[in-house]
Amino acid sequence: MALHCGRACRTYLLHLAHDNVDFRLPEIKALLSLRSRPFETSDTFREKSPFWQLNGLLEDDIRSVMSRTVCAKSAFELWGHGKTQSELKTSLLEYPPENMAPYLQQNLTYKINVYTFNKTLDFKDRIKKIDALDFLPFEGKVNLKDTDHIFCLLEDYGCDPNNIPEEPLHIYFGRWLADGQRELIRSYSVKKRHFIGNTSMDAGLSFIMANHAGVKADDLVYDPFVGTGSLLVACSHFGAYVSGTDIDYNTIHGIGKASRKNQKWRGPDENIRANLRQYGTESLYVDVLVSDASQTIWRKNALFDAIVTDPPYGIRESTRRTGSNKDIIRPPDDFAGESYVPVSMAYHLSDIFADLLNFSAHHLVLGGRLVYWLPVYKPEYCEEMVPLHPCLTLISNCEQTLSSHTSRRLITMEKTKEPEDSDQVVHLADPRFSSYQGHNSFREKYFSGLTKKNGRESKPPQKNE
Amino acid sequence: MWLLCFCNPILVIRCRNILLHTVEMKLLTHNMLTSHVKGVTKGYPLNIKATEVKVNEVDFNAQFVTRMIPKLEWGPLIQAAEVLGHSQDLPSTLIPNYENDEDFLRKVHRILLEVEVIEGSLQCPESGREFPISKGVPNMLLNEDE
Repeated sequence: MALHCGRACRTYLLHLAHDNVDFRLPEIKALLSLRSRPFETSDTFREKSPFWQLNGLLEDDIRSVMSRTVCAKSAFELWGHGKTQSELKTSLLEYPPENMAPYLQQNLTYKINVYTFNKTLDFKDRIKKIDALDFLPFEGKVNLKDTDHIFCLLEDYGCDPNNIPEEPLHIYFGRWLADGQRELIRSYSVKKRHFIGNTSMDAGLSFIMANHAGVKADDLVYDPFVGTGSLLVACSHFGAYVSGTDIDYNTIHGIGKASRKNQKWRGPDENIRANLRQYGTESLYVDVLVSDASQTIWRKNALFDAIVTDPPYGIRESTRRTGSNKDIIRPPDDFAGESYVPVSMAYHLSDIFADLLNFSAHHLVLGGRLVYWLPVYKPEYCEEMVPLHPCLTLISNCEQTLSSHTSRRLITMEKTKEPEDSDQVVHLADPRFSSYQGHNSFREKYFSGLTKKNGRESKPPQKNE
Repeated sequence: MWLLCFCNPILVIRCRNILLHTVEMKLLTHNMLTSHVKGVTKGYPLNIKATEVKVNEVDFNAQFVTRMIPKLEWGPLIQAAEVLGHSQDLPSTLIPNYENDEDFLRKVHRILLEVEVIEGSLQCPESGREFPISKGVPNMLLNEDE
């Protein structure tokens, strides 16, 4: 246990949601590091378990994590735990009575909830479990509606729904402290958002990205592939000022075809600022510009606290950059309302990531984070494919499966060094620092996989290019 | 579009919404933008040519302004504010100990986040290339031969 907190330090229990399992640990770690706290856990820690014990923290640290997390459901001050009822009882009797006393006094009301993971219990059985806790020195009255303190008995029946044991594998008892921000997934749902596009990031993942990036109040956050601004919405919810660019003039100006099923054209005022206004964060809107992410439009020393982005892979949104006539892929016929028309050409995926890392190395503050999605063709993926940069340290790499043969990985990097001229040399020497060519064929592999599959399903993939 | 507006009362309301809620470019963004026209060695700061400027109230946040000031190019910021007629009598060099000077921070807040360009352009100081600002959104795209 860390020295800084001595007696005040207790063990806390996190109850995590069982979706986006890969993203949970980096999220909790990132939120703890916002308070310069380490992630310390028990020897029996299993990342896939819905229950995690945290050590070396104060109640305020836990409350702060819970005010941000969309991966954790609730947090408890852990009073006791064990593999069996009797182990739990022994453990609870060992818990210092002076730590319990303030919450068990006569003038206070309380209630005890029973939560089971991977099993449903009858009401009768729940009451039995609560009655079995009668050795605890509760002096107050039970009040189910408006109670001073809530306690919870949590039982873990493992993660295999086809093999549910009779008795729980582990039992925990503790005092409820706070719930996480799972509610945001519903209240920020893109279904109810004013302005969306074909590839708007879902609310839960947007908040996870903002948390992985350690975005905080008064930060300046930038998204170079801003689209309809889903990531800016999430970042501004945590108090950050937001800005972005996108090459697509029509998206930025909110004109053209609508992405909603029953709507043909975008309505007036469909833009990113209106989205922020919808959630009450318009004062945090800085600017959104039409620009090409392969060209740097920011002066030297223009610094962002975080760069959070979802680059186009060329599957549902095309990858484009401005370029010379020689390699014209197609004329930008959807480009409207401007006096000049730049030619857009394919922007290779490997170049996108090399440019993004290089940009981040130059335009992030020291300690600032880059969070982005890397598409991978699963049969060929290995960790060495994740692009590196001498100034950026890899923090986390989480997978989200898209199909049987493709997935995307959420990459979080932190700027740990200012760029120097010598970094260019390192860049050329190590293939991991240069653009990885394998990503270029991601599109072809993605569609080749789909074509094979479509032999059975007969529905052609939508190719938006 | 205007013709439609006259015919259909619902559309008239929608058109008014467009006018009430336009998007604008702020001087905080201008302060960080540079020209990327090929061969240009001094593309900063961009000259602002504004045909429509607006002051739009934004919640004051002393913390954010204090954090931004060391990241700004002070001279170009004051110059840009003067061009738009909103210099707020701010000095041409940054004053020391501004952290506790709320009056000063409020003025900086105003020129960073509240003064906005709706129509106009940003001009590269060396090549003269203009980047149009339309409905408050600067278009930084270049032609293939630039």
